[in-house]
Amino acid sequence: MDKEYDIVVIGAGPAGLAAAIEARKNSVERILLVERAKELGGILPQCIHNGFGLHIFKEELTGPEYAERFINELVELDIEYKLDTMVLDIDGSKNVTMINTRDGIITVKAKAVILAMGCRERPRGALNIPGTRPSGIFTAGTAQRFVNIEGYMVGKKIVILGSGDIGMIMARRLTLEGAEVKAVLELLPYSGGLIRNKVQCLDDFGIPLLFNHTVTEIKGAERVEGIAYCQVDSNRKPIAETRKYIECDTLLLSVGLIPENELSKRADVKLDPVTGGPVVNESMETSVKGIFACGNVLHVHDLVDYVTEESRRAGRNAAQYVKGVGASDGTVIDVKGGSGVRYVVPQKVRVDNLEEKLELFMRVDDIYKEKKLIVKIDGEKVKSVHRKRLTPGEMEHIILDTNLVKGKESAFITVEVEKEGARI
Amino acid sequence: MKEKEIICIVCPIGCQMEVMEGKDTNGYVVTGNACPRGEKYGIKELTDPTRVLTTTIMLKKGKLKRLPVKTDIPIPKGKVLACMKELVSLEVEAPVKAGDILIKDISGTGANIISTRSI
Repeated sequence: MDKEYDIVVIGAGPAGLAAAIEARKNSVERILLVERAKELGGILPQCIHNGFGLHIFKEELTGPEYAERFINELVELDIEYKLDTMVLDIDGSKNVTMINTRDGIITVKAKAVILAMGCRERPRGALNIPGTRPSGIFTAGTAQRFVNIEGYMVGKKIVILGSGDIGMIMARRLTLEGAEVKAVLELLPYSGGLIRNKVQCLDDFGIPLLFNHTVTEIKGAERVEGIAYCQVDSNRKPIAETRKYIECDTLLLSVGLIPENELSKRADVKLDPVTGGPVVNESMETSVKGIFACGNVLHVHDLVDYVTEESRRAGRNAAQYVKGVGASDGTVIDVKGGSGVRYVVPQKVRVDNLEEKLELFMRVDDIYKEKKLIVKIDGEKVKSVHRKRLTPGEMEHIILDTNLVKGKESAFITVEVEKEGARI
Repeated sequence: MKEKEIICIVCPIGCQMEVMEGKDTNGYVVTGNACPRGEKYGIKELTDPTRVLTTTIMLKKGKLKRLPVKTDIPIPKGKVLACMKELVSLEVEAPVKAGDILIKDISGTGANIISTRSI
């Protein structure tokens, strides 16, 4: 064993930074933050657009500014970090093995581990788009890195498949840099991203967003020459008669993010098949005691402020665990998505360990208008919140008064979309 | 009469609002908004839409080739492309601090271009 730490945090994006800082503020001395990239901040440095930090800082920051606030705090708090360092393995005893060109392969022993590895973009290979394999096909985030960090333009005539946030943000970015974004195609009948991004990134520039459409062929030998696209039917199958062709040199993919949990699996952390991330309790602790998870490795977020809040909770509870003052299990309640709700995080709640409020995060499975989200405990309605609009692209958030749960021998909490009323 | 359906972008809720000229104290009636900020945004978006411009410029002698920048206040929507043109040729040398003013009063908008990253 090369060294011992109280807490090892894996990943120095917004989740890892916030978790490490919060752990230090809760008097944990020996913290190590490990980052695979050459700099701190994760995806934030390439997200040069503004809109970050409305909840936490009450102002609109750009990604680099948001990251810099946390990086400065990390440095002020003298938290040790390693860059350009890849974690290879976490074993059941929380031995963390990592590799870099300075230390070689080292294994450190941790009392607690915080998983903050984030997510990856779904690539072309996961979509089965027929056609050739020319250059000019990028995931939206890769294009964002080329344009905003490396300083390379990715193309001149662009088609974007998928209306995820990064895709819409890149539509604006590439338009401002002189490219022509011909269309954004979305397989589903609704946008996969935030409304504000559709308004500010597409509508502002007159970029068409075609719902129920997908790319059916990529053409080009060396470079993309164009794509064919079709409307899809209610089973999302392309309708051949609707085929059209767009000449373009670049295709961006913004078709979803997948939590990256290779390491979690190595540590035998139980994963939720819906979120793709670990099953956690109210403390952000996974099924393995002393291993916590936060941020996009847990479930994909829309807003970095929610990542920060969640990660602070993970950092605080990891600190408690290290100090040996974490709660005993006591009554454990399962939290589940009911009708219309795909998932709820956290998936488990230890009643004795609840803070004043219990925050539940969830995504719905379809678009709903003027509907209530209903929270039930053992089938009995305890809270309902009205929403003008529910969409899978925007994470929902319900704060539950802990008194509703405390002192009861409840078995499960469910959140569902009310059944009555119009569904569109 | 000026009238427009506007999706509010002040916060992530994204209220669908209708803004029209009317007899309200401000001279406009906004419906569908959930908060006063939405009302203010709706009227502004109808009469004088503005945006904060964020982009990158050339960076010399830094560890990176591009420096992220923004306008320190929102600028008229119609001036966005003019500002981009002015920024194409702008080149700064590292070190730069987040918040440093790089151009004053860009394209006559009254806004300054500031760095959003320390490099």
